[in-house]
Amino acid sequence: MKPHSRSVGPLIAGALTALAAFSFATTGFAEPKHGGTLKMAINPEPPTLMVAVNPQTPVQIVGSKIYEGLLDYSFDLKPEPSLAKSWTVSADGLTYDFKLQDGVKWSDGAPFSAEDVVFSFTKFLPETNVGVRNYMANVESVTAVSPTEVAFKLKSPKPAFLYSFSAEQAPIIPEHVYKDEKDFRNSPKNANPVGTGPFMLDEWKHGEYIKLKRNPNYWQKGKPYLDALYFVVIPDSASRAAALENGEIDATSFNDIEVFDIPRLRKVPTLKVSTKGYEYLSPMMWIEVNNRQKPLSDPRFRKAMMYAIDREFIKDNIWNGLGEVAVGPLAHSTLYFDKSMKPYAYDPKKSTELLDEMGLKPDANGVRARIEMMPLPYGEVWTRMAEYVKQALAKVGIAVELKGADVAGWRKKFADWDYQTTFTYGYQYADPAVRVGRTYTSDNIKKGVPFSNESGYSNPEIDKLFSEGAQEADPAKRQEIYSKIQHILYDDLPVLWIMEMKFVTITNVRVHDLVTGGTGVVSSFANAYVD
Amino acid sequence: MRTARYILGRILKAFLIVLAVAIMNFFLIRIAPGDPATVIAGQSGDADAIYLQQLRSDFGLDEPMPVQLGIYLKKLAVLDFGMSYRERRPVSQIIWERLPPTLEITASAFVLALFAGVLLGTVAAVNRGGVWDRAATAFSLVFYATPLFWVGLLLVLVFSVELDWLPAFGRTTIAGPDSGLPTLLDRLKHLVLPVLTLTLFYLALYARMTRASMVETLDMDFIKTARAKGIGRARILFVHALRNAVLPILTLAGVQVGQLLSGTIIVETIFGWPGLGLLAFNAVLQRDYNTLLAVFFVTSILVVLANLVVDGLYVLIDPRTAART
Repeated sequence: MKPHSRSVGPLIAGALTALAAFSFATTGFAEPKHGGTLKMAINPEPPTLMVAVNPQTPVQIVGSKIYEGLLDYSFDLKPEPSLAKSWTVSADGLTYDFKLQDGVKWSDGAPFSAEDVVFSFTKFLPETNVGVRNYMANVESVTAVSPTEVAFKLKSPKPAFLYSFSAEQAPIIPEHVYKDEKDFRNSPKNANPVGTGPFMLDEWKHGEYIKLKRNPNYWQKGKPYLDALYFVVIPDSASRAAALENGEIDATSFNDIEVFDIPRLRKVPTLKVSTKGYEYLSPMMWIEVNNRQKPLSDPRFRKAMMYAIDREFIKDNIWNGLGEVAVGPLAHSTLYFDKSMKPYAYDPKKSTELLDEMGLKPDANGVRARIEMMPLPYGEVWTRMAEYVKQALAKVGIAVELKGADVAGWRKKFADWDYQTTFTYGYQYADPAVRVGRTYTSDNIKKGVPFSNESGYSNPEIDKLFSEGAQEADPAKRQEIYSKIQHILYDDLPVLWIMEMKFVTITNVRVHDLVTGGTGVVSSFANAYVD
Repeated sequence: MRTARYILGRILKAFLIVLAVAIMNFFLIRIAPGDPATVIAGQSGDADAIYLQQLRSDFGLDEPMPVQLGIYLKKLAVLDFGMSYRERRPVSQIIWERLPPTLEITASAFVLALFAGVLLGTVAAVNRGGVWDRAATAFSLVFYATPLFWVGLLLVLVFSVELDWLPAFGRTTIAGPDSGLPTLLDRLKHLVLPVLTLTLFYLALYARMTRASMVETLDMDFIKTARAKGIGRARILFVHALRNAVLPILTLAGVQVGQLLSGTIIVETIFGWPGLGLLAFNAVLQRDYNTLLAVFFVTSILVVLANLVVDGLYVLIDPRTAART
């Protein structure tokens, strides 16, 4: 394959962005120091650290210090070296060749090799991880070319393939530990994680904390800087804020702190607040609308809803400015976002015109239509969101009845299509071919399955375009395809994109280089150090 | 003989109650919409039908309900609580880890609330209508009427954030002292706020109950007789009056144990206290049936045991109780 391969120059690009990220992260700071411990809040307590078996966020946060992927991603979403030090893609886009780092050992001392990568992608991950199972269906073979080189042969080109190799999505698993296991998901070995990452499990006091210590076999010489990392279980948001303020913990991440507490914490001189490090996830929030039910099935009605909601107000007043008003299905930071598009305006007059056009006239109480909304049961701020929408839609004559449920109930009703409208959010993972499409394509309308196309929106043209976009190798043509997708979805408005959310990492000023790339706190922390 | 029969009857009743509670809980938690598979798949960021099926078969949720109940009861008979769906390790192991921290705060709060409450109530009753009475009544009413979570958060704000005297969460200082007296002191420091939060609420109840009961008792003829006989004030108060007044308080205390345990759900969540309350809270959200059933089972045993103790104390304090049954 070598003679035909074409280097896409990711090495140089990767090195440059790594350099940029590094210089960004270290600007104004002295040399990293060895030693010290860092305490970070974690919520809820992860059920396991075996991230390949249970990829929920807390598991990913802790697990990404123990396990590594082949690649990591920069702030501007360029692939960067991790366990793979370089890679090439063949001209036909079918062969991906990864050169692995030299001298890598597992935390138990056993040598790491390309066979571990083959085992991970052909045996372990397809059985335990839905994302990998899906994209491996398009992989013909994974071969260890040499102990430090592995080649993936695809059935059809998939340029987004390079975005599937983060530690959170595809951690590399030790073959020598699991090769004789029958049931990976229930293996007792999952309780004693063996990885190639900079840290390893030292002590887990259930309900209190997880302590990771330095992995003496780590392949990056001189790293990690920290002696130990504590992930502290604090279930209550207000208590997490208090613990940050009085220095009992050094860091929080994601939505650990309720948005209404953040302005207060910004003023605490011992704390730093940053929204960087969530570019890979780029969480998009939308109102999911059940397209099967009247009047929600009419795009005019959905547009009337959209025009009646003041999203700038939501951003500034409910989220304290943490976010950006969404334009369409793609976030600004996601690849192939169409920069020519503008968000729907706040225009209640247009909203009532559309309702008039549909023949929905106000009754004696001024009500034109009644719909139900299930608030997202993820905390106080989501209740406020639902209450705002109720008020905003009431102004144009749409009466909203709020119907609450807890997380399990919400998840079930949502997956079973037993809802009219609800809030939800999803991660984008850099390339629209990775996860964006699943919300809109008809092959993903699957009753009872979370993260499917719950709205029931079905458009053959959109199905075709998403399928073409996933396979097109030429970036210019991909831009064309994804622009088209964005315009069609913008007009059809199957769901109401509200805001591109910004999660927040808050750290004590003594902490440096915690976040050094687009995967944020879901990365190795090999570079993190404390004063 | 009569006493023995009384106690034996109580134990048999207690056993039947625990069994009934276990069966009821089994069905009760399955009525709530959503199952552990939907929750776990929903947190995984990605799901398909195969994954959901894998999870349900791992948990035995693909069996018919009566079969699931049969398996549950059979295991329960040998105190096997099964595996936690969420943590994928034996529930009994988890319960053993979480029981001591909960006993630590509930027992401390129970004893403190009972003694302080009775004392406060007695002071109020003796000074009926006086300043102390009004102060004690106001104090009890304020804390009885204030939600637990609010008191807890306020205590954190004052003693942890503002004054920085006491830790805001946890049972120990992380990476703190690991042996000897410093560890003990560290433990005690962590105990203060959660125990105080629980105590303040329940103390109020006992204080009010004691006051009412003492006021009534102090008006009774036998107290007047005792006074006429020239018995000392303290003896009348603590031996004659309190012994009689304490019976309804004991009843209340027995009932309160259950409520105290449910109070730990809030207190343990606020203070990140690694006990059964926090475990139950997470298990409800996660629909971790096995864990939740085990927590219910253990707490129902604790409540029943506490009430057995109360029944026993009744007999001790007032032997007529056994005779009446």
